[in-house]
Amino acid sequence: MKTIQILGPGCARCNRLEQAAEKAASELGIEHRMEKITDVMRFADFGVMLTPALVVDGEVKASGRVPSHEELKQMLG
Amino acid sequence: MNYKSEYKAAALLLGAFALVYFLPVGVPRFDQSITEALELTKWYAREHVVLCLLPAFWIAGAIGAFVSQTSVMRYLGPQAPKPLAYGVGSVSGTILAVCSCTVLPLFAGIYRMGAGLGPATAFLYSGPAINALAIILTAKVLGIQLGLARALGAILFSVVIGLLMAWLFRNDEREKAVRAMALPPDGTRRPLWQTGVFFATMVGILVFANWSAAPTEGLFATVFAIKWWLTGCLGLVFAALLARWYGLAPGRILLVIAAVAIAAVATGGNGTAAVFVGAIGLAWLTAGRDDESGEWFDQTWSYTRQIMPLLLGGVLVAGFLLGRPGYEGLIPSEWISQSVGGNSLGANLFAALAGALMYFATLTEIPILQGLLGNGMGSGPALALLLAGPALSLPSMLVINSVIGPKKTAAYVLLVVVMATFSGWLYGALF
Repeated sequence: MKTIQILGPGCARCNRLEQAAEKAASELGIEHRMEKITDVMRFADFGVMLTPALVVDGEVKASGRVPSHEELKQMLG
Repeated sequence: MNYKSEYKAAALLLGAFALVYFLPVGVPRFDQSITEALELTKWYAREHVVLCLLPAFWIAGAIGAFVSQTSVMRYLGPQAPKPLAYGVGSVSGTILAVCSCTVLPLFAGIYRMGAGLGPATAFLYSGPAINALAIILTAKVLGIQLGLARALGAILFSVVIGLLMAWLFRNDEREKAVRAMALPPDGTRRPLWQTGVFFATMVGILVFANWSAAPTEGLFATVFAIKWWLTGCLGLVFAALLARWYGLAPGRILLVIAAVAIAAVATGGNGTAAVFVGAIGLAWLTAGRDDESGEWFDQTWSYTRQIMPLLLGGVLVAGFLLGRPGYEGLIPSEWISQSVGGNSLGANLFAALAGALMYFATLTEIPILQGLLGNGMGSGPALALLLAGPALSLPSMLVINSVIGPKKTAAYVLLVVVMATFSGWLYGALF
């Protein structure tokens, strides 16, 4: 069971990252739980400044951009 | 039947009916305001969208995709020397704050993990005013002078406000975040000079395509006479760079160049048509790619999608309420010249306060300000509103409050209003 967290205050790119991550995760067929974090104050707990950011099992995998589909599969896999 | 949702529908219907029933069609001022709204929107569509906004979106997208944000963030980290952090904080909005939704997370990050309250405040204040899109559109619509004053004023006052905030709260123990900054890997894939040349070419295209006729003979008039040749040459350079450094397919690029040339010739030398075809062509070249140029397209498109509808709505509302320059909308001109005309301290304060409380969606402050200026607003209060407006709004105050607490938020709001009033007054007195 993987925990996938999307950090973003709710902008268009954050939503895109969420969809892209969901797609990549289901393509890989991994069991996961998706959480969206929109509270700016909690970003700092992850050390994230540039949004949107992708956090997998507590580890920041990408921030400030939406990674490509292949990259996402690597980050999640 | 689900009565709850039906009630909602009924209320909506009733509201719409009441609105139409009492619609003041035929009242001259209302009809005139509708005309003004449409006229202003048409004017924007014709004058600003293709030549100014489309290139500006591509430039903003390129900043997001090609400029390494990580290298800038280092200077805002906890170990950065303070003077450097203030300097970088005040100007880095140009490349870090292209989208309004990135400003607040960055502010919280710099405050809690990085260089502290001062540089974070400097960034928060200047970011919305000096991002690439805001500078370009302010200079185009409201004039170079006000555009420059806005950018320089924002940078200068952001440092002053940052220093004052740091000094006011110098005794506050800052809650240190345990985590270090998680910076994305440095994405620099080419030497700095290449990125520089690439951006200079794009900015050159933007500047020459928007070169306006000069009243007198001289260099400006000469450039105006050959502006489309200059734009075209830079366009060819741009195409060459895309093929050489960014790995776009040369065959496709040649097709786009041919299409642009055909558009220019077929419309009898209409530059707008050529630029439009060029922008569409660039989208065709970059969309759907899996490399950095694909990301460039994604960024550009998300700005376009986010900002165009807001701007369209903003222009319609501004036209309806305020009219084009020289015409009246719904609000009588006398009201405006009474409250924000001239350059009194009161007018500047009123403009700064109004700007601080009002919420301006990205870039909509520009058409609204244009309408106000056309109705007799002084240039000083205009700058005051430009400086206080995008930096603050009621919603952003709430978020800032959750990050730094009510005391610091109040001090920040007060400083912004006072600074904006003062700088507007100074600008109005000097120019």
